[in-house]
Amino acid sequence: MPIDILMPALSPTMEEGKLAKWLKKEGDQVKAGDIIAEIETDKATMEVEAVDEGVLAKILVADGTENVAVNTPIGIIAADGEDVSKAAAADPAKINPAVPAPAAEAPKQEAAVAASADAPAASKPDTVPAQAKAYDASSEFPAGAEIVSMTVREALRDAMAEEMRRDKDVFVMGEEVAEYQGAYKVTQGLLQEFGAKRVIDTPITEHGFAGVGVGAALSGLKPIVEFMTFNFAMQAIDQIINSAAKTLYMSGGQMGCPIVFRGPNGAAARVAAQHSHDYAAWYSNVPGLKVVVPYSASDAKGLLKSAIRDPNPVIFLENEIMYGKSFDLPKGDDFLVPIGKAKVVRPGTDVTIVSFGIGMNYALGAAEALAKDGIEAEVIDLRTIRPMDIETVVASVQKTNRCVAVEEGFPQSGVTAEIGMRIMEAAFDYLDAPVARVTGKDVPMPYAANLEKLALPNIGEVVAAAKAVCYR
Amino acid sequence: MRDSVLAKVFAILYNKGRMTLEDRLMAVAARKSKAPAQSKSAGKPARARSAKDGAGKAGPALSNTPTFTKEEDLHAYREMLLIRRFEEKAGQMYGMGLIGGFCHLYIGQEAVVIGMQMASKDGDQVITGYRDHGHMLACGMESRGVMAELTGRRGGYSRGKGGSMHMFSREKNFYGGHGIVGAQVSLGTGLAFADWYRGDNTVSLTYFGDGAANQGQVYESFNMAQLWKLPVVFVIENNRYAMGTAVNRASAQTDFSRRGASFGIPGEQVDGMDVRAVRDAALRAIEHARSGKGPYILEMQTYRYRGHSMSDPAKYRSKDEVQRMREEHDPIEQVRARLVREFKIGEDELKAIDAKVREIVNDAAEFATHDPEPDPSELFTDILLEPAQG
Repeated sequence: MPIDILMPALSPTMEEGKLAKWLKKEGDQVKAGDIIAEIETDKATMEVEAVDEGVLAKILVADGTENVAVNTPIGIIAADGEDVSKAAAADPAKINPAVPAPAAEAPKQEAAVAASADAPAASKPDTVPAQAKAYDASSEFPAGAEIVSMTVREALRDAMAEEMRRDKDVFVMGEEVAEYQGAYKVTQGLLQEFGAKRVIDTPITEHGFAGVGVGAALSGLKPIVEFMTFNFAMQAIDQIINSAAKTLYMSGGQMGCPIVFRGPNGAAARVAAQHSHDYAAWYSNVPGLKVVVPYSASDAKGLLKSAIRDPNPVIFLENEIMYGKSFDLPKGDDFLVPIGKAKVVRPGTDVTIVSFGIGMNYALGAAEALAKDGIEAEVIDLRTIRPMDIETVVASVQKTNRCVAVEEGFPQSGVTAEIGMRIMEAAFDYLDAPVARVTGKDVPMPYAANLEKLALPNIGEVVAAAKAVCYR
Repeated sequence: MRDSVLAKVFAILYNKGRMTLEDRLMAVAARKSKAPAQSKSAGKPARARSAKDGAGKAGPALSNTPTFTKEEDLHAYREMLLIRRFEEKAGQMYGMGLIGGFCHLYIGQEAVVIGMQMASKDGDQVITGYRDHGHMLACGMESRGVMAELTGRRGGYSRGKGGSMHMFSREKNFYGGHGIVGAQVSLGTGLAFADWYRGDNTVSLTYFGDGAANQGQVYESFNMAQLWKLPVVFVIENNRYAMGTAVNRASAQTDFSRRGASFGIPGEQVDGMDVRAVRDAALRAIEHARSGKGPYILEMQTYRYRGHSMSDPAKYRSKDEVQRMREEHDPIEQVRARLVREFKIGEDELKAIDAKVREIVNDAAEFATHDPEPDPSELFTDILLEPAQG
């Protein structure tokens, strides 16, 4: 059957071009790959190759023709002796019936997307019901469990050890995690219990070992990749975002990536700008990731266990200053905290203070101070930044009508910016004051002790913000 | 001795960028029969053809060219032709606007992936960069599913959400399809890590190009792979141009087989236009990796006929160069000539193979043209997996 040669598109944006020159003439034999013509666009001159063999039976668009639309038949290739009139070009209706006309198609598509957004609840960004309901964390501790006091460091270690005992596909890798027992001693004892095959010291090579971890996860293992600090994960962020977070979607659901990236995040003390960055907002921007930031030891343990069991990539942001702090938690290896649920840690009626991770120190400190002035703050620990349990926050705001959001990270495009926007979307009518935020200052972290203190939030700022939204 | 002298001359000329590609291929052909130098100890850089290793052992240069049986040549012919015709069709469909975005064709490089696959076993994993259609077909993925992904339709391997550069098949152990240059090298090393962790005796075949070979994470991966003796074969497809930049304009060391030297990873240069040479080298490399000796580097000297992507006017090389490669080194024509000359395969039989391949490709194109686009609800699926309960 004769075959039309169509004006090709050289790029997704090309709509027309000039047929500069035919390099074959009618009657010439051509075979696949032969260059038969040159076309020009404003960007380049390109060669048109024959895709089939036969005779160039007819030239439909002459040399030098300008503004030839993409997909216009420009010639016909036929087998020897074939009747050229049978080519589709002889019948315009037959030309490329399947090529969609983009302009006509677009509105229909948009309408369809809009319609579908109303349909499956799980498939679109979280919405908050008109009467929001707070998540009840009170039943997370198993009834009757023995309560013990433990540091965040020990809780994290126990979480990893318990999950490694439970599932042989779980392993931990990172710098100094094995023989050194962890740069911050979080992996203490794991090498002794699980051996060098499952507790792996890596070279100082974040980009590389993050990629190795993701590759292992794509093949079904469940790596825990420790970064000595998340500042160093900047070297690995391509593998975290482009490989870990996106591959499930890009594979049409085939390639899950069950991996945990964990380590200290944010400011420690006197380590200056390159070792103090808080990445919660960065990772929370990326679909395909879960982002967990525990505050207490019980949440650190219960959430890390959930993260290790989760089939998705989880960014688990710890804080060096919190490692040595002790909290109560239930004994036993069946204690889990669900990812994506906030916790009301202090009930109150006058103002909602919402924070996460080390920011909870300021939130809780401020609540105590405010109580002395007769203001009862309800304090919410987000615990997970993505997916964000905004419903629990909104439920609180519907009661208090005021909100202060607190984080150590930078103000612009920060987590508190997101919280404020989400409250406005879901509870605007309930607000008696604009949502306020207290954040780290918009400067690289300074080294000098006095400047560092100024760069971080403090309890006084949270108290002042809370009083401001209460108009007191 | 002849080989070693030749190798030296070659290295000098090539490193100065004065050698034509043809000269290089001849040089490779002249020494390709030699077994590679194995890394005797971790500290000793290994080379495929150091002067020392070649001394006294070299026979007549071309007498040891690996041979194929008739069945092997027929298999290679069919498989390579499928890739060639598939890619030609993809190029055509791109021109018609059915395929969007970026589309990188594998035409000219077919012998690399087919020769490698002829040496691999079931369960071995394959991972590559964005010029990936050939690898998918070589892994046994369906033409229909690959083409429908190129056209962004629901029957594509990624249900239309990945496109040309992002396709996967867990069933066929194909791990992508990666759009970030070099990222697949760490990922492929991770696949090998999993092989090592599980002890299941499989090997990761990790492909990347001469351009990706300059990325930092490649060397991070080399280091870990050799340190932990991971079963990975690094296949560097040197097609001479990283997009529009010729190898000697971007690389201080243009002998890619030596890129693992400082880690003690053995490597060899292979005539990547000759499927027999590829299979031969692949057998050595894969055996090395599978037997627990760690990674191995194969530099496949190959050539892409088409532009880097569809919108590449290819002004960085002469038409003459492309034409000479096509006429004198085409991987498919080499096999075809052998089938006719040595195995007395008739034109009719070859035509029947051609027809069969065309039928598969046309069927794929037809399917990919008429298969519906993904349902709009697909926009919000496959972002996260549901955790198992308990």
